[in-house]
Amino acid sequence: MSFWLLLTVNSVTFGGLLFLLSAGFSLIFGLMRIPNLTHGSMFMVGAYLGTTFLSGTVGFTVNFWVAAIAAAIEVAILGALMERLLLRRLAGQQLAQVLVTLGVSLMVADLCLMGWGGDPISVATPEGLGGFVRAGAAVFPLYRMAVIGIAVVFAIALWLMLERTRLGAMIRAGVDDPQMARVVGIRVSRLFTIVFGLGAGLAGFAGMIGGPILSVYPGLDQDMLPLALVVVILGGTGSLLGSFVGSIIIGFIYNFGQALVPELAYFVLFLPMVLVLVLRPQGLFGGQVL
Amino acid sequence: VNPRWIAIAVAVLALIAVPYAINEPYYVNIASQILLYAIFALGLNILVGYAGLVSLGHAGLLGVAAYATAYLLASGYGHAVAIAAALVVGLLASAVFAALSLRASGISFLMITLALGEIVWGLAYRWISITNGDNGITVSSRPAPFGLSLNSATGFYNATLIIFLLAIAACAIFVHSPFGAALAGTRDQPRRMNALGFHVWMIRFWAFMFSGLLSAIAGILFVYYNQFISPQALALTASAEGLLMVISGGAGTLLGPVIGAALVVIVKNVVSAYVARWNFMLGAIFVAIVVFMPEGLVPGTVRLTRAAWRAANRPKSAPVAEQES
Repeated sequence: MSFWLLLTVNSVTFGGLLFLLSAGFSLIFGLMRIPNLTHGSMFMVGAYLGTTFLSGTVGFTVNFWVAAIAAAIEVAILGALMERLLLRRLAGQQLAQVLVTLGVSLMVADLCLMGWGGDPISVATPEGLGGFVRAGAAVFPLYRMAVIGIAVVFAIALWLMLERTRLGAMIRAGVDDPQMARVVGIRVSRLFTIVFGLGAGLAGFAGMIGGPILSVYPGLDQDMLPLALVVVILGGTGSLLGSFVGSIIIGFIYNFGQALVPELAYFVLFLPMVLVLVLRPQGLFGGQVL
Repeated sequence: VNPRWIAIAVAVLALIAVPYAINEPYYVNIASQILLYAIFALGLNILVGYAGLVSLGHAGLLGVAAYATAYLLASGYGHAVAIAAALVVGLLASAVFAALSLRASGISFLMITLALGEIVWGLAYRWISITNGDNGITVSSRPAPFGLSLNSATGFYNATLIIFLLAIAACAIFVHSPFGAALAGTRDQPRRMNALGFHVWMIRFWAFMFSGLLSAIAGILFVYYNQFISPQALALTASAEGLLMVISGGAGTLLGPVIGAALVVIVKNVVSAYVARWNFMLGAIFVAIVVFMPEGLVPGTVRLTRAAWRAANRPKSAPVAEQES
């Protein structure tokens, strides 16, 4: 009983992390029509930068949450810079842009290996969240509950941002029809930078708060990128709801798969993707066919 | 006699002469590597160059065939059975890849093939009872077709060369056939081709299968060359390397991928000898090529040299003229 309950909690937690990762991926895809292949790298870099802040290598030690936010901001800046300096040069050439993100992701992976070494770095659970909550016979790890809470808060905040603010309206307009958005005076190219930075920052943040659960190791980027891809193929591109539902589904499938058929954990991910591609190519909540 | 045929004959003779000219097993092995990667790149080029479909999962197809060969050999089957089965498995994997990824085209095609390739990688890495996980599978012997041993560097080079020549001839026939023309049509004008009565999906499917067949052949050669296979051969990096071979040489040409394969293999071996940062180099070359010479190295170099030549010889313009422009 408690095994299944724990597995469920883990699945929802992982789904929450995936949501933070894939929300940005989905928005970037929706707006710029490219899959950002550095998204896994941003997740990993966020985690590495966070651990560096935590360990006090920068001269002073900081609290876990401050480290996570600082890492997120740095990764956001890196993402925005990459958009401005590299992708902007190739405006309109989607294929070239994708290949550039691929090249950058290979470079980042090697740079991280150089900077932080090949050994996995474990991240301590933040103070006060190491314990468990008891509810009757069931026991919930506190930190995982906190991650779920954070994911929900971010989901609501992102939804409010997209639905209720001027910036959100501009982003939605850009996703729906970039040309018309330009015509009515929205600076779509500036939105690109903002959304790219935002998506990168979210991924970096997710990397750090996922640290106590996943730890940080070389290859983390390659583990996370396909998950983000599958979530977006499943949920549909450019849709926040799609990435939320997709993340939870993939969180469940991945965790249950790993617990029940550990050797085929990656393969079971394949099944929902096949079903969606065959039956509903636009994704569960996507407006446009992939 | 057509000069083209003379050029081809000279090139083939030069390729045959390679092991006797360099006569150093290490370099002959690099030549074999170039040829086997050239077969892979030729296969990928059918999709990237002629069908306009950029796949980032092709290392998965190479890997499936390589793993099938290694697994069957390790289970005690003979070379003929292992090779035949690996081709069948490779084609089946290609059919699955094609059926799923051809739901889309353009960037989405790339995304789906990437996800599929990563799933194959995940299987190779985690399905330990079949693939032996990260430790990989060792292949103890090479086949000896018609009693000719492939154990020496030269023997293996000659076998790879024969398969390479067959592959490039097949590609040439494929590209110049009516089917190849139809394929290029689906790349440039899919809707018009559809209106003309061509079955765009089916044309792309068979092109994918041909590409998958070449990838599977390259995979079998790969596993016999290294006598070892591990998940690294299927990683995204490997797919990226393949794509770099195609676009660096020039996609949509027959010789481009071959030159690209030679370039990547040589640079990789040279770089690996001095620094342990091949992946960084690979990424950097990728970015540089895409940003500065997207049409490929050979035409790109020509264009950049011409532009530099013109810039150097341009007469100095008056300040007023500069402001006007």
